[in-house]
Formats: sequence, structure tokens, C-alpha cells
Amino acid sequence: MIEILTGSALNTIQDQGRPRAMTLGVARGGAMDGPALACGNMLLGNPTGDRTGDRTSDRTSDSGEPAGAAGIEIAFFPFRVRFLAALAFAVTGARGPVRLDGLALPPDWACWAAPGQVLEIGPPAEGCRTYLALAGGIDVPLVLGARATDLKGGFGGLEGRALQRGDVLRCGPAAEPGPPRCGWGLAERCPLPDAGETRVRVLPAAEFGDFTAAARHAFLAETWRVTPSANRMGYRLEGEPLALQRAMSLFSHGIVPGTVQVPPAGQPIVQMADANTCGGYPKIATVIAPDLRLLAQTPVNGRIRFVEASRAEAVAALRDAAARQARRQAEFAALRHMPIPA
Amino acid sequence: MTARLSMAGTGAVLLDVAHGAFDPAAQRRVWAAARALAADPAVVQAVPGVNNLLVTFDALRTEPDYVEQRVRACWQAASPEPVPARLVEIPVTYGGAFGEDLKLVAAHAGLSEDETIALHLAGEYSVAAIGAMPGFAYLTGLDPRLAIPRRDTPRLTVARGAVMVGGGHAGVMPCTAPSGWHIIGRTDAVLFDAARAEPGLLRIGDRVRFTQAG
Repeated sequence: MIEILTGSALNTIQDQGRPRAMTLGVARGGAMDGPALACGNMLLGNPTGDRTGDRTSDRTSDSGEPAGAAGIEIAFFPFRVRFLAALAFAVTGARGPVRLDGLALPPDWACWAAPGQVLEIGPPAEGCRTYLALAGGIDVPLVLGARATDLKGGFGGLEGRALQRGDVLRCGPAAEPGPPRCGWGLAERCPLPDAGETRVRVLPAAEFGDFTAAARHAFLAETWRVTPSANRMGYRLEGEPLALQRAMSLFSHGIVPGTVQVPPAGQPIVQMADANTCGGYPKIATVIAPDLRLLAQTPVNGRIRFVEASRAEAVAALRDAAARQARRQAEFAALRHMPIPA
Repeated sequence: MTARLSMAGTGAVLLDVAHGAFDPAAQRRVWAAARALAADPAVVQAVPGVNNLLVTFDALRTEPDYVEQRVRACWQAASPEPVPARLVEIPVTYGGAFGEDLKLVAAHAGLSEDETIALHLAGEYSVAAIGAMPGFAYLTGLDPRLAIPRRDTPRLTVARGAVMVGGGHAGVMPCTAPSGWHIIGRTDAVLFDAARAEPGLLRIGDRVRFTQAG
């Protein structure tokens, strides 16, 4: 059990979301940086909800928990929790100061907390979303196949809302003995965006050809600033306005996270995890799935550059990301069987 | 009828069959194609929109070319036969504090508020698509006189239960969220409840009538 000591509308319980609820109008949701949460769960032996890795090499990531164990997505800092019982935990994702009763912990690290100890996660120096995973996963009800908080729908997570000071969260039974007392961490981390500029690959979308040649050029040549209106629903970007050759009126259509819409003012909005499942604005491109987490880790005022990719390159990037995760899982599966000195 | 297929990222394709005004027969074919595609194990989701269809898949397991070929084939084979439809009645309290845009919509239509309400009540609507928000239904069948363009700037919060018109459609807010549609009334009907066995009140193809709340 843990007690939340700092509340914020930006800190929520998340897992890997609901990719099969779109026909209900329910957003995919889940962790904005899914692989970071999956890494935290992996360090604890929790189900990772990894649908892409080689399952045979990972005993714990079974198909019974397709959304993986639920953890906390932290986007407002400092974040503090008190452990009410001995519990293994992992902190992954954005990198910043992490202290357990004042003792600094390495990044991407899992270890044990004793009852009464306070974990403080400070503002990150790299990235902007940190994940706290807990052994056994946060025990909140499964709603539509996942435990992720859907703030708009008001369901999932803890009562469908963000975490508040004083909330007490229970965990499920841990499937693995967990890390050694001193802890263990990731050898191969999840990369975070460069400080200067985040490069994300895109595929052209339905209306790409309806934009002016100048707009199509500017979209890929310019850098885009992340405005303060960047949240779990969408990232509003600022830069050279993108013009259509002629005004368009589209019927509402299904959209996925990563879709780059361009409303009439010409400033693009990238749809993120909690985006509406349907929209009507023209779409210039879609951020490829494995790069969307880099955008999610780019803070306000960060710079974005879009790089055109082919469909084959997008699939290859997806395979690379899956292979990397499978390698991490295999390494950890081997490590679990090694005798560890107490 | 032209069908345009485009990439919607790594793991989705969008089929767009719109050509000018909303086409109810094309919409029935979209539903039929979506049903056929949803039965394909390679398809994760087949999501009907308004005269379009988004199909998602796992790009690690399935070749995009295969999905595109299946989408084209299912669209070609899709029949515009009506689907089994239920009739769902939604009671509405119109105007006043619950319908802050009724006056505006009436003025746009050149009608009185009562005439506007009567037109909205007289319509028989059809659920073309579910999406945007949990349980939100795009209702076609709105009298063209009530087809007022959306607000230039969406409201940041519109209350759950708001009965609205926008972009030539009718709709009801299933949750409190931003919207650019115009609010003409309020209903107590619960459009979405994640705890229900069937969370959404409305299914694709359902007929909807609005009634005066008693």
C-alpha cells in the first residue's frame, strides 16, 4: 500500500490502455510512454502488457493481462508517496532526481521501500513523464479491459480521476520475488529525446496532398514548438502556419494517436493517448507508433522536427523497438535465475 | 463510387467513400464492410465514421498490403442492406438554462424557438457512427434547416446530457467535455456507462427519436 502525498490533475494511474475499445468511442489511453512503464513493470516481474515482444522469453508477460500492470504516470513534480508496507518499486521514463528518504537512486532503477519511507520524484532534467511501477501492480478494477484512467469518460484508474493527496493505493500480489535489496536497473534504457530537438518520423496522411507545396515543405523543413496546450489529449504545436490549397470540409472519421491534424488556423495538433477517437480536421501526417513516445517525453517549449518515413521504414522501426524490448525481457528472465547475494 | 484509401500511421488505414453530401446507402455499406473486416483475425478494430471507415491492425504481425486488399475487397462486396435497428427514445428538456443556443439556432433557421423544437422533435434520426467520446453517436437525419455550422471556438466544457446540433448532425453529450456544437436542450438519458454490460446506449444503425421530457 502507498499513500499519495502530492495531488495533481496531471498524475494518473495508467497501464497500456484499451486498443480494442475504439468502436465504443473510448480512447486508447494508457501510458503516454508505454515502453517506459513496461520497463518498470519488467524490473518488478509484473505483466508488462507488451503485445509485441517475444512472449516465450518472458514468463510473466502473459496474454491474461493484455494491458499490463498499472502504475502511476507522473507529469507534475515534485511527486511524493509514502510506503505503508514493504514494497518493491521502479522509477522509469523521464530522468530527474529520485530520492527514497533522501537517498538518491539511479535512473531506471527498481528496489525495495520499507514501511514509512517516502519516495520523492523531482522535476526531470530529461523527458517530462516519469513512471512509478509497483510490485504486483496497482489494484484498481479492470474497466473495459484495462486499469488506465480515462479522465474524459470518468472511468478506470481510481474513480476515473487524477490522484489526490491522501489517496491510498493497494497492490496486487507480486508474481516474482522482485529485485535484490540493493536494487537493479536497466542496462539498455529507453532513449529520451535530445535536448535540442525531438525528431519524430511521420507517414503522410489522407490530406497531405491537399496542402500547398509550401506547407508540405514547411511541415518537414521547419521546427515546431510545443505550446503549453500539450497534454494527454493532444500536443498543440506552433510554427509556420500550414495552408490548404482550398478550404476542406470533411466528415468525422476515426483517428489514431499520432495523427497530425491541421485546424483552419494552420497550427498542427498531434493527437495523443487520450485523443478523441473521431475528428474532422484535415490530417497532414501521422507520427509512427514507435516515435510517439518521444513526442510524449518532449516538454512544453521543446522543439519538434518531423521526418518523412516510408511505410517499410515505419514497420522496421516498430520491429526494432519490439526486438529491443524482447532483448531486455530475455536478459531479465536470465537474471532472475541467477543466485543473488543477500 | 470512388473509394479512397490512405495510411493512418503504422497500424491503420482509412477508407473514405464520401462524395459531397452524406450518403445513407454508402453508410450502410460502410457498416457492412466494418462487420466483415471485424471478423478478420488480422484486424484489431474496424471503426465506421461518417461515410468512411478506419481499420487498425498490428503492423508487427500483418502486412499493410494485406489489410488494404481486404478493405478494398470488403468494401466492394458490402451490401447497402439495412441493419437490424432498434428505436430508442431520448426525452429532452428544451431551451432555457438547458438550451443556451436554442435562440441562436432558431435565428439561423429563421424560425421561432417553438418551431425549432418541433423540427428537432419531428426528425427520425439514425446512428451513423460512434466515436469521438465514449458513447457519442453521430446522428444523421437532422432537418437541413437546423444544419448550423459549428462554433468558431469550441466551448471548453459542455455538460453531460447536452442535446446538440452541429455540422449537419444531431448528438447528445455522453460525458462532460469540450464541444463546438450548439446546445438546444438537456436529457437525463445515460448515453455511456462503462459499468454496464453494453456501455453505450446506442448502437450503429439504431433509429433515434427525441421526445419532450414529461
